[in-house]
Amino acid sequence: MTDLPAATDRKLGLVIDLDTCVGCQACVTSCKEWNSGGSMAPLTDLNPYGAQAHGVWFNRVHAYEHGCTDGGRTVHFPRSCLHCATPACVTVCPTGASYKRAADGIVLIDDDKCIGCQLCSWACPYGARELDPIEGVMKKCTLCVDRIYNDNLEPEDRVPACVAACPTGARHFGDLGDASSPVSRLVRERGGVDLMPELGYGPVNKYLPPRPRAAGTLQAPAQALAPADPAGGFLGWVDRLLSD
Amino acid sequence: MTGRSAANAAPTQRPLAETRAPSDPGIDPCPAVSDAVHRTTCYMCACRCGIKVHIKDGQVRYIQGDRDHPVNRGVICGKGSAGIMQHLSPARLRKPLLRTGARGAGEFREIEWDEALAIATQRLARIRAGDPKRLAFFTGRDQSQSLTGWWAAQFGTPNFAAHGGFCSVNMAVAGFTTIGGSFWEFGEPDWEHTRYFMLFGVAEDHDSNPIKIGLGKLKARGVKVVSVNPCRTGYSAIADEWIGIRPGTDGLFVLAIIHELLKAGRIDLDYLIAHTNAHHLIIRDAGAADDGLFLRDPEGHVLGWDRAQGRAADAGAADLRPALTGTYEVDGRACTPAFQLIAERYLDQAYSPDAVAACCGIAADTIRRIAAELANVAFEQAIELPVAWTDCSGRRHASMRGRPLAMHAMRGISAHSNGFHTCRAIHLLQVLLGTVDVPGGFRFKPPYPKPPPAGAKPCGKGGGRPDTPLAGMPLGMITAPEDLLVDAQGAPERIDKAYSWEAPFAAHGLLHTVIANAARRDPYRIDTLFLYMANVAWNSAMNTTQTISMLTEKDASGAYKIPFVIYSDAYFSETVPYADLVLPDTTYLERHDCISLLDRPISQADGPGDAIRVPVVTPDRDVRPFQSVLLDLSARLGLPGMVDADGRPKYRDYADYMVRHERTPGLGPLAGWRGENGDAFGKGAPNPDQLERYITNGGFWHHALTAEQKYYKMANRAYLDFAVAMGFLATPTPTVFQLYAEPLQRFRLAARGHGAVLPPAPQREAIARYFDPLPIWYAPFEEEAIDKAAYPLHAVTQRPMHMYHSWGAQNAWLRQITSQNRLFVHGATAARLGLDDDDWVWIESHHGKVKGQIRIVEGVNPDTVWTWNAIGRRRGAGMLDHDAPEATRGFLLNHAIADLLPPDAAGRRRLNADPVTGQAAWFDLRVRLRKCAAAELAQSAPQLPPLKPPPGTAPNPRSLGFGAHFRARAGETTP
Repeated sequence: MTDLPAATDRKLGLVIDLDTCVGCQACVTSCKEWNSGGSMAPLTDLNPYGAQAHGVWFNRVHAYEHGCTDGGRTVHFPRSCLHCATPACVTVCPTGASYKRAADGIVLIDDDKCIGCQLCSWACPYGARELDPIEGVMKKCTLCVDRIYNDNLEPEDRVPACVAACPTGARHFGDLGDASSPVSRLVRERGGVDLMPELGYGPVNKYLPPRPRAAGTLQAPAQALAPADPAGGFLGWVDRLLSD
Repeated sequence: MTGRSAANAAPTQRPLAETRAPSDPGIDPCPAVSDAVHRTTCYMCACRCGIKVHIKDGQVRYIQGDRDHPVNRGVICGKGSAGIMQHLSPARLRKPLLRTGARGAGEFREIEWDEALAIATQRLARIRAGDPKRLAFFTGRDQSQSLTGWWAAQFGTPNFAAHGGFCSVNMAVAGFTTIGGSFWEFGEPDWEHTRYFMLFGVAEDHDSNPIKIGLGKLKARGVKVVSVNPCRTGYSAIADEWIGIRPGTDGLFVLAIIHELLKAGRIDLDYLIAHTNAHHLIIRDAGAADDGLFLRDPEGHVLGWDRAQGRAADAGAADLRPALTGTYEVDGRACTPAFQLIAERYLDQAYSPDAVAACCGIAADTIRRIAAELANVAFEQAIELPVAWTDCSGRRHASMRGRPLAMHAMRGISAHSNGFHTCRAIHLLQVLLGTVDVPGGFRFKPPYPKPPPAGAKPCGKGGGRPDTPLAGMPLGMITAPEDLLVDAQGAPERIDKAYSWEAPFAAHGLLHTVIANAARRDPYRIDTLFLYMANVAWNSAMNTTQTISMLTEKDASGAYKIPFVIYSDAYFSETVPYADLVLPDTTYLERHDCISLLDRPISQADGPGDAIRVPVVTPDRDVRPFQSVLLDLSARLGLPGMVDADGRPKYRDYADYMVRHERTPGLGPLAGWRGENGDAFGKGAPNPDQLERYITNGGFWHHALTAEQKYYKMANRAYLDFAVAMGFLATPTPTVFQLYAEPLQRFRLAARGHGAVLPPAPQREAIARYFDPLPIWYAPFEEEAIDKAAYPLHAVTQRPMHMYHSWGAQNAWLRQITSQNRLFVHGATAARLGLDDDDWVWIESHHGKVKGQIRIVEGVNPDTVWTWNAIGRRRGAGMLDHDAPEATRGFLLNHAIADLLPPDAAGRRRLNADPVTGQAAWFDLRVRLRKCAAAELAQSAPQLPPLKPPPGTAPNPRSLGFGAHFRARAGETTP
């Protein structure tokens, strides 16, 4: 089927902080908005004003409740293409439409070659590929390949749309193949994890797990407050203090 | 001139160092994005973020956050990025409409603007010449209230307000009364320096991006975030500690914390003496007309007890060494410092953690621990900024001491019948800990603080006179019964009964009472209801089903009880079919606006700011921006200030007004680039090039305070002088925090029979009880009025972050994220009731019932159920297909929320509202759940008849391929 590059020069990807994500959907709609006019345009919406409206999205956020020892959490989980090192979605592609770039590791679809057979969406365990039923082709996250190198944009804007939009700053971008890059350092510092590493696809994107429910910067473990003046009471304490 | 640095600028959020694109024949890495970029202000919610709108081929290609904008600093929320779909919504109105069938039947004919404006003018001119108060003019999330309120004043009707009365007036009035500022629009946490952050009742809301940016910053610094909220969603989901409080008990929780802090002496006495009325002497003379008022000298100065000299002296004197405790005799009268009363009240065991724990649903040990943590941060982790400053008494301070503890509170506090006092309790807690406008604490945004009650008095007493403007704005702050808008018998003078004995401090009016009062002709009949972007026939109404029917009620003569309804909105909302005349507004990308310092500006704690909207695309429909229409109407009506001496329109349109209008000489809607040459700000002559200067600067103006002006703004000479120069304050008067609120005591004295303006007998008991000058807690009214065992659950709502404060349920993208609201039920509660996930239930209140589908969750207070609000729509509204889940499966809880409480023993029905402010008590709702029978339809209820679309409506598309035409294919040349 379709070959993968033996290695890539860079491993561009996202780092997503599950400790900070509030589930606001900013990354979801900013992605939809940019890419609706971007290199995979359009991101068709079916029945947009009726029942079962559904369209093509490159990024979705799911909310889960998770029982854990410190009393349970609500976790918001953004899900998009992880730009795997060895993506099955590429190797199953019968036409060579899906490909992984040797230069930066981004997984893309050439929609002139795509026949919409959906083998790739069956192969991807992360649910990152979506069929555009009107266009008859598969679509997915491009890591905003038409932004990150785009000299028609102001330099600061040459990051994926989701990273620029995220109001809590929970999304990060960079070269995860370079151990000295800021994102690689962030992943090390925060114990970033792969999603379902046991499947062996080597996802490039990393997730930073929610931090333990700690006391934050509180230096002293707070104990219940003791009375100001067991003998004279609080008002006596005030008087004494003001008389000093 | 930019605001603050961009938000997402960490090394992990920057572009690649090497941005030369790899060779790839399949992809054009450098497509041209746009032909033009316009910077304007978002209006997908009330947050007022800066956006850059990319236009390609004359269409909106892409909207991004503006990095230079002080509010959002480059980020953009889920709504903001979906603005394209709002702008292109099929629900946009196309042309003025005149009703042709029965009201509510949705039969209209399209008319020309000249005809529409002539109809409105004829009607309004007649009202104005006869009895101007027969016009009730109410707006929704209106960001032009400095115009709309002024228009009402010039028209001469007191019957004006916007949506604050059912949103957050408790927060505004409690803040203005106590600290001379308020949460959100007039204050913010010190995100840079705080080391502990506590949120009360903040759902996904108020405000959007600044809180999210701030939380991200706190998380990065490892700051502890505590969220007090019945629901564990959004911000509560990422909090280090979620306290799933029982709704309506936050005040009790806060007062128990205060109990602990007082008992332990963990309060900031120096701060209290310097910045509050804690030492002001209060007359203790039960039965006297001035009992509980401050002791004043003949010149009117409030007195304190000087311990050094053993006598009463001016409480504001810098050298006073005041007593905080004790009782003193001055001129034969017993007096006590306010602080003594505070201590006596909250040291009472009734406020101990053990006493409140069960009511709040919070373990007493948790309350004690939180109190200890707050004290630890405030006192053991105090910070100093090396910034010298001079206080209002001329004392020089070498540094700024900070107590790095910040709090924020919003709707969950506000929307209860005890919300005013609960918000006061939170401010009391902040002030006792010395955390207001200090480094690390809660900070004011200019033009605040202002000395409480922070605002002019409302005008319209007597109800207005023919062809005569009011003496000032219809909304404001009152301080004494004499300020009420009531007649000699104590009856309300406004149609919404704001500033009456039923809602004395109703500073934002009571939009939620207007339709019922008008239909009942109580207190009087009106002629015309003029509404702007307020969906009063749906989610902006309590008791929605009956409110809708009131819009069509007729009297014995067959005439509508509300004779005429004029409505302006950009979209086909549930309210449109109930209008007689529809004036279609533009979308936010097609209009001018100003986000003015005269209203709710974009100021940050670091400095004042304001902003504009500019049209970035031209309407493709026959619609006009509402504010320009309002100015057109005023010229046709010849309203003073809006026509020149010859009666010709003074302003061409809203943009012209924004530049040339002066509220007082030199003070206009926009503060930046004033003066003939544009070199002044704050005050200055109108500058004809002002809008150009705004546009060049990105659509906003922001002035950075100096380091010396940034904190202690309540008593900082450098800041106060600046505030006077800007016109924020008339004199450099410090703001003294009113822990003891004397205006409330004046109402209580009236209830005891003192003074010239007295409450009618049936209202005296309530006024005496609820106008306590110190914060109190009482159970929310509804649960006191009903059988709690019969309605055992609290029911509250939030809106999802991607729809908060927005018109989202018709947005093609946002509705794919949420198109059906569920009722969220705690697992244990569901098990007890025999409910399974996805079951349909009847949600029954004392007032009504609604049918919806449940979802079982764990992250909710077990005594509470909740849902996403305003997802459920009436069939046909928003131009959604009739089978849209919003209509078939979504539900609106408002149908079960009463506007009036059940009758009391005397048969009277009080407002389901806060008794001080009239704030709608949405979250007081109590319900029971009843599982639907298997035979019942899996469909929400009530199902009202579908709305008929307006004329000329095209069928909805079956698919949208928006953006395809923007795509640059590889190999094609891009311009």
